[in-house]
Amino acid sequence: MKKRIATVSLAGCFGCHMSLLDIDERLLDLLKLVEFDRSPFNDFKRFTGRCDIGLVEGGCCNEENVHTLHEFRANCDILVAVGQCAVMGGLPVMRNAIMHAEDPLRECLETAYLDSEYVLNPTNSIPNDPALPLLLDKVYTLADVVKVDYQIPGCPPSSETLWQTLNALITGHRQRLPYELIKYD
Amino acid sequence: MAEKFTFSLDGQEITAEPGQSIMKAADAAGVYIPRLCDTEGLKPQGSCRVCVVKMNGRTVAACTQPARADAIVESETPEIMGYRRDLVRMLFHEGNHLCPICEASGRCELQAMAYRLGITQSTKYPYLQPVRPVDASHPDIVLDTNRCILCGRCIRASRDIDGKNVFEYVGRGVHKKVGVNGDSLADTDVSIDDRAINLETCPVGCIIQKGRGFFTPIGERQFDLAPIGSNGKGRKA
Repeated sequence: MKKRIATVSLAGCFGCHMSLLDIDERLLDLLKLVEFDRSPFNDFKRFTGRCDIGLVEGGCCNEENVHTLHEFRANCDILVAVGQCAVMGGLPVMRNAIMHAEDPLRECLETAYLDSEYVLNPTNSIPNDPALPLLLDKVYTLADVVKVDYQIPGCPPSSETLWQTLNALITGHRQRLPYELIKYD
Repeated sequence: MAEKFTFSLDGQEITAEPGQSIMKAADAAGVYIPRLCDTEGLKPQGSCRVCVVKMNGRTVAACTQPARADAIVESETPEIMGYRRDLVRMLFHEGNHLCPICEASGRCELQAMAYRLGITQSTKYPYLQPVRPVDASHPDIVLDTNRCILCGRCIRASRDIDGKNVFEYVGRGVHKKVGVNGDSLADTDVSIDDRAINLETCPVGCIIQKGRGFFTPIGERQFDLAPIGSNGKGRKA
């Protein structure tokens, strides 16, 4: 029976997904062992069934991220936080440094869209289309929101790291990552 | 000269002189004990506790505990390694350690220690995400206190070697931090040539020399290939 894998990028940059693609021709070996369910690789937007492994890239910066993460937790036996953003917030978590402000979210948006001298914004407005997910008060790690079973650090984790971890998860043979593959950057 | 004696470190016989710390004796014998707040040339202060070992069943800091004749010292046991992992993990959770954007990544001793200890499991502590200032007032030096782990190496280097007392601990408990002797770094008599500012002194990326970021390519950095302590000495890879 092939293992079913779902992947998603929340508040991430898709770098971790790109790194997984970097396993190159080993993708063919991987596809002998697994089939992808919901994932940007096949563009499935919804789960079609229960999955063995869920790979989540990025932390949670808006309400849609939280909703998606809950769906992944509910549909995946093993949930893996992939990359620094999922593990500890990564670059988006720098936003949390202004949490001491009176109205931090407003300050963040005004700096990004109105006040910065590097902004060209003729309408002088903050994007507020109803289709845009609402931003959270701060950026949360995956473990802040749901139970996470494993984490793969790295920005992004190298393709070798992802390959070895996936192999261990698929075959059930847990092993320690060699020194060269443990990286936080 | 007082007589030398031996003690056992993980089953290996180590020779020590009276008054010598467990760490110094182990270093001399080429056996590495992990450490963060201690570094060659500075007075040990035993604050980070990463060098924790068990001597005759009691946990002690190897950098400050004098070796004793016939002592049984355990260092690389699962229990002690577990303590070290927790200590290092808590340091990561206490400050804002964003390795992907840090100039010190690859030569950072905190990061290297986490690599050496193989820290990849999911976290069990919350990230405190404190709000800490960046002091870029000095023309040559930046102080990004988000990355400070309170090891006190800059304090000791500035006090004992430079004779300037530029840095000092201020506050207590969770409010403890490293302060500078002035309103900002630019108001102190610190200089880029100070031992306190030397890249070897700050184990993390808190003290940064301006204009020198990311000077070693990824793959060739200090701890890219070999774990910290590989040569039996604290700093070099």
